[in-house]
Amino acid sequence: MPIRGRIEVNQLHCKGCELCVMACPQDVMALDMEHLTPKGYHPAQLVAEGCTGCAICAIVCPDAAITVYRETPQKTRATA
Amino acid sequence: MVMEKVVYQRPESLTDTVTHYCPGCTHGVAHRLVAEVLDEMGIREKTIGVAPVGCSVFAYNYFNHDYVEAAHGRAPAMATGIKRVRPQNTVYTYQGDGDLASIGMAEIVHAAIRGENITVIFINNAIYGMTGGQMAPTTLAGMKTTSSPLGRDVELTGYPVKMAEMLSTIDGAGYIVRRSLHNPVNIRKAKKAIRKAFETQERGLGFAMVELLSSCPTNWKITPQEALDFIENSMLPVYPLGDYKVHPELAGLRV
Ligand SMILES: Cc1ncc(C[n+]2csc(CCOP(=O)(O)OP(=O)(O)O)c2C)c(N)n1
Ligand code: SF4
Ligand code: SF4
Ligand code: SF4
Repeated sequence: MPIRGRIEVNQLHCKGCELCVMACPQDVMALDMEHLTPKGYHPAQLVAEGCTGCAICAIVCPDAAITVYRETPQKTRATA
Repeated sequence: MVMEKVVYQRPESLTDTVTHYCPGCTHGVAHRLVAEVLDEMGIREKTIGVAPVGCSVFAYNYFNHDYVEAAHGRAPAMATGIKRVRPQNTVYTYQGDGDLASIGMAEIVHAAIRGENITVIFINNAIYGMTGGQMAPTTLAGMKTTSSPLGRDVELTGYPVKMAEMLSTIDGAGYIVRRSLHNPVNIRKAKKAIRKAFETQERGLGFAMVELLSSCPTNWKITPQEALDFIENSMLPVYPLGDYKVHPELAGLRV
């Protein structure tokens, strides 16, 4: 199973610059054209499955707006 | 069962204040990298920053540690005084190219000549950002700015100044490098250089400066992504990345 991750975009800090969208190697981000942040920008968001939690979006974000999470699969004992 | 871990979060050395920087301006990336390094070194509480005049004039609102504001170009002089009086503190300046390489040229050169044990984060965006995009000493030949609307004429206004190369000839300098903020790989390398520039100070090895090629989408009048491409295609050939001076005691340092 591929590594799975997710991101949260802080709505106060995001300025909709789109640099994360352009940098995401999985191409799973886009600006949310349906909503505006309190500052009046279209925020970035995940729009598809496939985020790996690689944090490249966070590395390019000039506003430190992205928190990145990655799943850590726990070893489970095989049952039957 | 599936657990989750945080792979990246906003560094503690940044406050929660929203910056006034234009969308996509890599001043923000430079701030983030400095903050991450201060967090990782555990030196936030003893660090004193000196802010310049320029777009980063409000840096003191954005960093979660002590900060003072210098007159235009005078940050290295102020940092000199602070570091000499409080050698136990970590002291750095954060300066644009108008601030450092134009009005503040004498200050930065003499701080290096004196071998002041301070760290300098130098943002080279080839323009005066704050005041509306006038030509800076770092403006590329032929580059259009509000004060060189036909493109910089080097016969009339001189050539782009290469601060890293120039300061690396000075004996008092311990660590002088140039990095760029135009893509993830280079951002990672820039962070390592910033770490080394602070390690230079912690080890008392003299003046340290990291020159960072940075974007100004607003005054270059292009999108944030196009601005990163401009750094790669137009600035890199004029401002080659590299280690211009590394103190022998830093050579083996892995960060
Ligand atoms: C003594 C003095 N002279 C001129 C100015 C006007 N001024 C403000 S910012 C600036 C240049 C800023 O450019 P730079 O250092 O490249 O920073 P950026 O805004 O691009 O980040 C100038 C000339 C001033 N504030 N004080
Ligand atoms: S890089 Fe940061 S500020 Fe820019 S759109 Fe993405 S989350 Fe928002
Ligand atoms: S963590 Fe990686 S894969 Fe997930 S959105 Fe960010 S850049 Fe894309
Ligand atoms: S004017 Fe240029 S340097 Fe200043 S905040 Fe805007 S993009 Fe950044």
